[in-house]
Amino acid sequence: MPQRFSFLSLARGALDGHRSWPEQWRSPDRPDADYDVVIVGGGGHGLATAYYLAAEFGVRRVAVVEKGWIGGGNTGRNTTIVRSNYLYPESAALYDHALKRWEHLSTALNYNVMFSPRGVLMLAHSVHDEQVFRRHICANRLAGIDNEWLTPAQAKAFCPPLTLAPDVRYPVTGAALQRRGGTARHDAVAWGFARAASARGVDIVQNCEVTGIDRDAGGAVTGVQTSKGPVRAPRIGVVAAGHTSVVMAMAGLRMPLESYPLQALVSEPVKPVFPCVAMSNAVHAYVSQSDKGELVIGAGTDQYISYSQAGSLQILTQTLEAICELFPTFRRLRMLRAWGGIVDVTPDRSPIIGGTPVPGLFVNCGWGTGGFKATPGSGHVFAATLARGEPHRLAEPFSLDRFSTGRLIDEAAASAVAH
Amino acid sequence: MLLIPCPHCGDRPEIEFRNCGEAGIVRPTAADDAAWTAFLYLRSNPRGLHAERWRHVHGCGRFFTLHRHTVSDRFESAP
Ligand SMILES: Cc1cc2nc3c(=O)[nH]c(=O)nc-3n(C[C@H](O)[C@H](O)[C@H](O)COP(=O)(O)OP(=O)(O)OC[C@H]3O[C@@H](n4cnc5c(N)ncnc54)[C@H](O)[C@@H]3O)c2cc1C
Ligand SMILES: [Zn+2]
Repeated sequence: MPQRFSFLSLARGALDGHRSWPEQWRSPDRPDADYDVVIVGGGGHGLATAYYLAAEFGVRRVAVVEKGWIGGGNTGRNTTIVRSNYLYPESAALYDHALKRWEHLSTALNYNVMFSPRGVLMLAHSVHDEQVFRRHICANRLAGIDNEWLTPAQAKAFCPPLTLAPDVRYPVTGAALQRRGGTARHDAVAWGFARAASARGVDIVQNCEVTGIDRDAGGAVTGVQTSKGPVRAPRIGVVAAGHTSVVMAMAGLRMPLESYPLQALVSEPVKPVFPCVAMSNAVHAYVSQSDKGELVIGAGTDQYISYSQAGSLQILTQTLEAICELFPTFRRLRMLRAWGGIVDVTPDRSPIIGGTPVPGLFVNCGWGTGGFKATPGSGHVFAATLARGEPHRLAEPFSLDRFSTGRLIDEAAASAVAH
Repeated sequence: MLLIPCPHCGDRPEIEFRNCGEAGIVRPTAADDAAWTAFLYLRSNPRGLHAERWRHVHGCGRFFTLHRHTVSDRFESAP
């Protein structure tokens, strides 16, 4: 068990310039020969799954195998917008399950994930946007989730850098505001779950790529092949985001997924100027300000599938044009870095959580462009599903077989994008 | 941005084209759930060579198939 963080321990750490902190989680060089559950993928969702398996469902012999370093995938590349105002009741329930956990996550993990519910403002630019948002607001209120309509003047009061100029290409006609939404610190989420999981006996093995899935004569999984040798386990949970199709192909499964590059960028740091999160689905611009002072800006996906972890320049240009027009004060800011992540997109833009036709093989994927916000809830319902061998109540509608039964949860039609 | 070899117009910038997804997805003739699931939703999504449809929407309008490596994003000749 690592030492608990407290005011006293931080003060003690400060005395020697924070040089004596021990490692916060065990990082075994190789996996053991067998486990009860092996999680493939050490992003936020995989680590959260492992944590809840050990902390809430009493499954102790759990390994997380990660081909690179933990949090190096989309978890460490995203723009960290957290909200739960999705349209359909199934989605709203799932994302709000997560949002309720965000509110207490730092305490639960004894690790500051810097959750900051500063409000998420979704800008409307047309009559169509306005009608869609008002419908969202009504649906959310019925589901007990906060979401409110702001007039352009109210939106400007909430987010002063916003322009209300009528002569821009997409003038602001109003906004939907979820006050409980906000941001959290991406690395801290991965590290906090890793530390808490490791303290409960979970082995986190980095630089360990899964290269095959072993099955018995009846087709059930018996373990995985990794770059550090074979590991036996009766249950495998694949949480590999953009690489899910590649891992599932090892068990002969074709998935309803396509992997696209999604980009983000940050500006040079400036003094606090941006009090909330603002997003515009219509023009693909998402912006907030980090505690370091950088503007964190999210862009759209490329139009073709790719695993290159880099997107095209015209996508960034389009987003920056939109940002400069909506927030004219940012026109002379310089951009520091841009990067891409590979996001796994489903046909209905809703995730897939649960079992597969292969006995013992479970999957948690399809979070696409908007899964960071779900990290604690996703980990929790997936852990319940893995531990019991049957879907958690909130995960049930998100089963893989909805693509043959036709019960899609069509957030794609609801918003076209889902950050 | 990709430079896309249109069989009719030659190399043109990607913004003139629309990507139309995986090539070779054939509409089933029978009313069979598994076949329709595969047709509508299941994709190979490979990390490697991908056969894909493109359309030169802001050019000649033609549909065509190209093979692209999804890690390097380079177009290659058909396998
Ligand atoms: C630019 C960008 C902006 C985004 N903005 C937002 C946002 O504002 N809000 C929001 O909610 N979401 C956002 N998202 C989406 C969000 O980042 C993801 O949905 C979420 O982080 C997925 O978490 P994960 O743990 O499933 O995936 P990841 O963090 O990608 O973890 C998957 C892990 O699996 C590992 N892996 C893959 N293959 C193998 C293998 N064969 N063996 C072992 N390990 C393997 C990978 O190395 C990776 O570490 C954004 C994404 C991007 C790229
Ligand atoms: Zn052409």
